[in-house]
Amino acid sequence: MQEKVKEPGSEFKWVGTRAPRPDGVDKVTGRARFGADLSLPGQLVGKVLRSPHPHARIRGIDTSAAEKLPGVKAVVTARDFKDQPSEFIPAGEMMINYRDVVRNVMAREKALYEGHPVAAVAATSAAVAKRALKLIKVDYEVLPHVIDVVEAMKPGAPLLHEDLYTVGVDPPPKSPSNVAKRIEFVLGDVAAGLRQADVVIEREFTTKPVHQGYIEPHACIASVSEDGLAELWGTTQGHWVVRAHCARLLGWDISKVRVTASEIGGGFGGKTVVYLEPIALALAKKAARPVKMVMTREEVFRASGPTSGAHVRVKIGARKDGRIVAAEAELKYQAGAFPGSPVQPGAMCAFAPYDLENVKVVGYDVVTNRPKVAAYRAPGGPISEFAVESVIDEIAARIGMDPIDLRLKNAAKQGTKAAYGPKFGPIGMIETLEAAKAHAHYRTPLGKNQGRGVASGFWFNIGGETAVSLSLNEDGTLALTAGTPDIGGLRASLCMMAAEELGVPMDKIRVVIGDTNSLGYNFLTGGSRSTFSSGMATVDAARQLIKEACKRAAKLWELPEDAVEYKDGAVRPAGPNAGKHSPMTLRDIAGIAGKTGGPIVGYARINAAGAAPSLATHICDVEVDPETGRVSVVRYTAIQDAGRAIHPSYVEGQYQGGVAQGIGWALNEEYIYGDDGKLQNPGFLDYRVPVASDLPMIDTVIVEVPNPRHPYGVRGVGETPIVPPMAAVANAVANATGVRFADLPMSPPKVLKALDEARAKGTAKL
Amino acid sequence: MAKHHVTATVNGDAVEFLCETEDTLLDCLRDQLGLTGTKEGCSTGDCGACSVTVDGRLVCSCLMLGIEANGKSIGTVEGIAQGEKLHPLQEKFLEHAALQCGVCTPGFLVAAKALLEKNPNPTETEARYWLAGNLCRCTGYDKIIRAVLDAAAVMRGA
Repeated sequence: MQEKVKEPGSEFKWVGTRAPRPDGVDKVTGRARFGADLSLPGQLVGKVLRSPHPHARIRGIDTSAAEKLPGVKAVVTARDFKDQPSEFIPAGEMMINYRDVVRNVMAREKALYEGHPVAAVAATSAAVAKRALKLIKVDYEVLPHVIDVVEAMKPGAPLLHEDLYTVGVDPPPKSPSNVAKRIEFVLGDVAAGLRQADVVIEREFTTKPVHQGYIEPHACIASVSEDGLAELWGTTQGHWVVRAHCARLLGWDISKVRVTASEIGGGFGGKTVVYLEPIALALAKKAARPVKMVMTREEVFRASGPTSGAHVRVKIGARKDGRIVAAEAELKYQAGAFPGSPVQPGAMCAFAPYDLENVKVVGYDVVTNRPKVAAYRAPGGPISEFAVESVIDEIAARIGMDPIDLRLKNAAKQGTKAAYGPKFGPIGMIETLEAAKAHAHYRTPLGKNQGRGVASGFWFNIGGETAVSLSLNEDGTLALTAGTPDIGGLRASLCMMAAEELGVPMDKIRVVIGDTNSLGYNFLTGGSRSTFSSGMATVDAARQLIKEACKRAAKLWELPEDAVEYKDGAVRPAGPNAGKHSPMTLRDIAGIAGKTGGPIVGYARINAAGAAPSLATHICDVEVDPETGRVSVVRYTAIQDAGRAIHPSYVEGQYQGGVAQGIGWALNEEYIYGDDGKLQNPGFLDYRVPVASDLPMIDTVIVEVPNPRHPYGVRGVGETPIVPPMAAVANAVANATGVRFADLPMSPPKVLKALDEARAKGTAKL
Repeated sequence: MAKHHVTATVNGDAVEFLCETEDTLLDCLRDQLGLTGTKEGCSTGDCGACSVTVDGRLVCSCLMLGIEANGKSIGTVEGIAQGEKLHPLQEKFLEHAALQCGVCTPGFLVAAKALLEKNPNPTETEARYWLAGNLCRCTGYDKIIRAVLDAAAVMRGA
């Protein structure tokens, strides 16, 4: 759908308001049902046996003793899942390979990380299931492991996959390695650009894997009838995707599997893949009883995907006037146990906020003995952009230029050709920078031991396959069904757009997320696509419904279809016939639906095109404790282009939530592995996400540069907010201390050590 | 061994249930009494999603055994509204958009209610420290803190 974007102003009754969310009351009363909240008669408890070794060959599994334990109703291993050929399939922002998916769900030849599932049982109680797991004998041949990405790339490193040959190098390698892929994006000539530079800064950075940290662990309940009809209920960002994965892994027809998405307790990308779901279905089929599976928090940490840890080198050359003349980056992202780190989007984003002539980005996708990474909010972007935004800040300081001015001088704008290929349409980089510069925060004097940092960020956003239906009920109210799970206010936004189109109050529309049989295929909620894509489809469905309503009234009035119009919630005769008949409201139309042709339904089936990037600029003030090295964020302002904010509160919420996660990534969060290759902090006590007392209020500014490809100008907003914070915090710490941190997280012991070293050298500012 | 018979009061109603020794109060609320509004986020007392009150005191129900609830009065999220009337905290959470996914919300509401019963006029810092035992990964806490302070003002009649 391409058309002129509606201009804001008095004609909007719902869009842009802070209307109540339709699912709100259920969520403040405990009524909302999340993944672990459904129980079925006769249900069993499913539990997974996981590898205690980071790397081991599985010589055999003996499940006979477990099967004999009273109360055990089913045991499954890799034998219960069909092996899959190697083939990469696009899945939103990431790629999947079913050969790897089936092995990640249940280890086959080898266990590749501590926590890798090797078998599962269904039993009459959790206690019996746990006892049964202890009776399963796995014959492991323990192998040497590799955890660090740089170590994994070295010749002679323990090999995870003996048949993995690096793709993207010429000539192709003769021997296998842990490097799955090399990618490269080049624009212009970096060497020639560097020759024009007055300043060249090259730095190396490391970031640790961090987990999405959704508060709700993975959970599902499966039931398979004796004739093979399966029902699955659970927490997911995309139930059609779950259906496709499960049917494929189990070798069942898709029509046999019906999936209902429960309310979802956070996802951030981590619930775009399957872990328990195919296992629960396989157990339920074998046991012929419903099977409920819920991960413990420890399992979530050990065995669901965090994002990559990485090693990044960035080199930027600029002239004294602040113009960047060359930019180069090398990204090494660890993918975990199977290929598929977000290095590609990381490489594409790295310099995307800037209009540059000479860019080269090289990326490596590297397997290590860790859980396979999953998408995490702007997958890959925060890592590469942390490094780039840190170096840009250092360049600004070196040439004595304001960091916002330096960014303005190089900002991408409409018509800029990105190094990864496309020419941008209207984008809001300059607008966010100007808003940052004009913000009172930027001029407020700093206190003792404080510093201020600025950073920008970019994310693409996606569209994709989407279906929505909108039915006119018998009394003129409406039933709206969408297929992208609502994680943070989607139903409110869709309802508002439908109300706006139809000219009816929001409370006349009941919106639900339908199951996989209720609509055509919907890709998942990810890539900041759901308000954009399901919104576009909702508008389409509403317009179809209006057209049909007009047709029915025209039939009744015996007028041509084009002689009626829909305005202010009613069909009216138009033009020369205006006033000839009383307007018919949707209630009146509903009353004649039966005799004029039957049910009135708008049904949008689209592949939403025209998703547009969202850019952000953040300002962060920190205070560093010179005695303990603790960094506290004392003020934060997030400025971002939303295209158009349908519901400003939930847009602000996305900004604030992304900032909080980014601050956690910058200051505290990390996966800590021992030399034994085992995760040492699989819990919220030691994997410390920000708590309320760690953070200040997070100020937000919504910039609106409408996306011309969406009927209301919407851009996805969910992912960009996590991109700038790490550099904004690091730049603020550098400003406060005189020490630049290239290794995340900037936890107190590291900061204190660096401060002590800088003090010894006389370079510390405090 | 036979199961334990527990009698208690939950949200003002007398209840009884049977539980194993190792069952937590959280397990009993969710699995025996069907009160699934109280959530399990970690089972180690680190996330606060399972917050309830026991004789008025705020506790993580994952850290207390079901049998310890015998004779006690338990308050859960399902008991916060009075009939059809939402509690001011619930109203303000909705008005301020203080929830996104909503899975931590029951715990926050129970914890915030306990705070306001102890301290009807908390400062922002006091609210942040009181609620530091409740993790939210979606909101960055900004709107939650605003909702709690606003609800406190309403409840004081300010």
